[in-house]
Amino acid sequence: MSRRPLLLPEPEPQEAVALSAAGRPSPNAPSLLSRRELLRTVGAGLLLLVALPDAEAQESGGGSRRQGPSTPQTIGAWLHIAANGEVTVYSGKVEVGQNARTSLAQAVAEELRVPFGSVQMVLGDTDLTPYDMGTFGSRTTPTMIPQLRKAAAAARETLLDLAAAQWQVDRSALTARGGKIHHVATNRTVTYGELVKGQKLTQTIPADIALTPTAEWKVMGVSTPKADGRAFVTGRHQYTTDVKRAGMLYGKILRPAAFHATLNSLDAQAAKAMPGVTVVQEGDFVGITAPSMHEAVAALEALKADWQTVAQPSGQTLYEQLRPGAKAGKTGEAKASDPAATGSTIAATYTVAYIAHTPLEPRAAVAEWKDDRLTVWTGTQRPFGVRSDLATALKVPESSVRVIVPDTGSGYGGKHTGEVAIEAARLARAAGKPVKLVWTREEEFTWAYFRPAGVIDVKATAQADGTLTHWEFDNYNSGPSGIRAPYAVPDQRADFHRTQAPLREGSYRGLAATANHFARESHIDDLAHAVKLDPLAFRLKNLEDPRLRAVLEAAATHFGWDKRRAAPGRGYGLACGTEKGSYVAGCVEVMVERVTGKVQVTRIVAAFECGAIVNPLHLQNQVEGSLVMGMGGALFEAIQFEQGKILNPHLAAYRVPRFADVPPIEIVLVDRKDLPSQGAGETPIVVIAPAIRNALFNATGQPLYTLPLAPNGLKA
Amino acid sequence: MLARHELHVNGSVHPVEAAPERSLLSVLRDDLDLTGAHYGCGEGQCGACTVLIDGQPTRSCITPIGSVAKKQVLTIEGLEHGGSLHPVQQAFLDADALQCGYCTSGMILSAVGLLRKTPHPTDQDIIRGMNGNVCRCGTYRRIVHAVRAAAEAQPKEAKR
Repeated sequence: MSRRPLLLPEPEPQEAVALSAAGRPSPNAPSLLSRRELLRTVGAGLLLLVALPDAEAQESGGGSRRQGPSTPQTIGAWLHIAANGEVTVYSGKVEVGQNARTSLAQAVAEELRVPFGSVQMVLGDTDLTPYDMGTFGSRTTPTMIPQLRKAAAAARETLLDLAAAQWQVDRSALTARGGKIHHVATNRTVTYGELVKGQKLTQTIPADIALTPTAEWKVMGVSTPKADGRAFVTGRHQYTTDVKRAGMLYGKILRPAAFHATLNSLDAQAAKAMPGVTVVQEGDFVGITAPSMHEAVAALEALKADWQTVAQPSGQTLYEQLRPGAKAGKTGEAKASDPAATGSTIAATYTVAYIAHTPLEPRAAVAEWKDDRLTVWTGTQRPFGVRSDLATALKVPESSVRVIVPDTGSGYGGKHTGEVAIEAARLARAAGKPVKLVWTREEEFTWAYFRPAGVIDVKATAQADGTLTHWEFDNYNSGPSGIRAPYAVPDQRADFHRTQAPLREGSYRGLAATANHFARESHIDDLAHAVKLDPLAFRLKNLEDPRLRAVLEAAATHFGWDKRRAAPGRGYGLACGTEKGSYVAGCVEVMVERVTGKVQVTRIVAAFECGAIVNPLHLQNQVEGSLVMGMGGALFEAIQFEQGKILNPHLAAYRVPRFADVPPIEIVLVDRKDLPSQGAGETPIVVIAPAIRNALFNATGQPLYTLPLAPNGLKA
Repeated sequence: MLARHELHVNGSVHPVEAAPERSLLSVLRDDLDLTGAHYGCGEGQCGACTVLIDGQPTRSCITPIGSVAKKQVLTIEGLEHGGSLHPVQQAFLDADALQCGYCTSGMILSAVGLLRKTPHPTDQDIIRGMNGNVCRCGTYRRIVHAVRAAAEAQPKEAKR
């Protein structure tokens, strides 16, 4: 419903106007799609181009991505008002469950003064939307929302100008409301569609266009249900895995016996003899196409391949590989009471396992070639990056490739790359028909990439009164995100060290901020313990950042931190942090069963602040979801591997959080209407692991230094 | 070997030619174009493929087509009636009990099956009854809330 027809009527270009933001001249349109082409794509009416701030040309996040292609990056989005009044917004962002489709439409509806439901979002289609680096790094809210607001505000101002001119009235006597311009004095109204019909307009968007003050928001700041929600609860929404094309075949890929294995020989005779089956071989790339999935599977199983494997490291020695001699645990302690010591110094090593994103919709693609032009439907967070990867891999110009991203069954940073798209495109070219390729769960667990494992060494000193005076922090391999302690410690050093990693690594929700917060906030608790201060008081003593203090105090107050009651097996922990411009604190209660060692999180309270809240309903959902996902990495998720093979590539062997794991969760949203809105999909995840760790420490007296904390419970 | 099956899906009969060991999920999706049930793991561990077979929530990805002859299969596409949502579907919307939505069909059908057996579940009943369904986005508490709300919204005569 939100997707526009792909074939749009031929427009009459003189009926449209192009505006560019930040005072740039309007011909500053992307060269890939000339302005004329662009108008042909969107049809007649009023068109606004939104210029990107230069900073957005930078890509954030770790992983194995490469910089974007030569596509111009000056245009961030465009907004179109058709002669029939339809408002359509084109953005290269994608919807992966974070509800960007909703929040972006809210932003436009707010500034344009139209009902939320009248704004259609076209997202993640490289033929229809302008270049976008990708949907990651919590950037949609702080960057795309302001851009769209400016475009919508400029459009509204233009519409007011048009009405004033048409009616020969003072512009200040007009108001924009409900998709119409009103002149109260004469009780006249005109719709936006009527105003843009047959107009010839040229205008530049002022760089300083005024946006609606937060206090006057009517659509933003309001809980707005998921755009197109009905399509999801009725099963009508078509994910990539649901796309079907005429004459479509089903693909399978022959996977190597282990990472880095090479093909010695292949006997494909039996598979080739199967009706309708094509065996595609290009070097070590071997795939199957067949008229149905089960025939493709049967043909794949009929392939006899001999692989040359190579010796490679195993999970048993993972941390040794990342930092020689690394062993999780406390490595040194000097007490403040020691005559020679100045304060309590604790040194410890923390380890963080590889984990998998496990998006419920596995990587999938449908590829179709028509007259040397390739169209690929695929669930990716980087449609333009994948287009570039496809062009390179298939040796065709980028202009011949279109990537369409249907709203996708989640990503969590795991869908930045385009392997499945390339595989499907190769199969489709060889077979001469459209091909659908859906990775199995085992492929998803094996051939994607992982959140980096890491070793983190921390050495820090607190004075007897609780003042932090020294902080050394070394992260090996997992990443630099959130590496600096937010505490006011005068003598701080925090470094990230790249290493030779045994598995393929990439982005993951929150990146390394989770690992770094785990080590830091665990260490803070150990120090508080050493100087015999309450963990909350110890943190507040060393925190100056008022926004971080505010969420910590809000979480503690709501939790009743001062009123917590000791009981056998029960423990309480807290943690706080800031990342990507937002602030989070969490308090956790756990129970550890003495006999079985079973660990149960029994209550979570989190406070979160990300500036002015755009959609309280969805923000609450994101914070909660982040915490729940984080519980998996905190308690039990870990990828096991040996000699280039993943040992637990199944949901039966890789435990993710389920209903029974999730305790009551209370979320305090701190709404700072005076501050710019920040993204919220990632940051909340950073506090849950250390808060649980500290609660387990409190419950058992045993500090833990590894993630996951208790994959098999905590037997004494 | 191919065999002819008469599948009863959402109240209509669909003749299907398929090997009896093929999964119900693949037949629903690929042969009947009913794509609301999703593949998530292929091992009955995630519940994204859940459909009701004679009212019982069943993992269609590990259910051979040969085993469902003469049985009534209900998929998410058959839950709406005359353009109005089933109370569980409505409750999911009202509670915002989804993010990416990929698990939602399976969640809703598991909930419908649960409520048929246990019209007035406690939260523990819901958690126990739905624990085989994974929501990787972590909306579990909202789903529990939605199922509870749907139970409360059931018409009086449905209550016992």
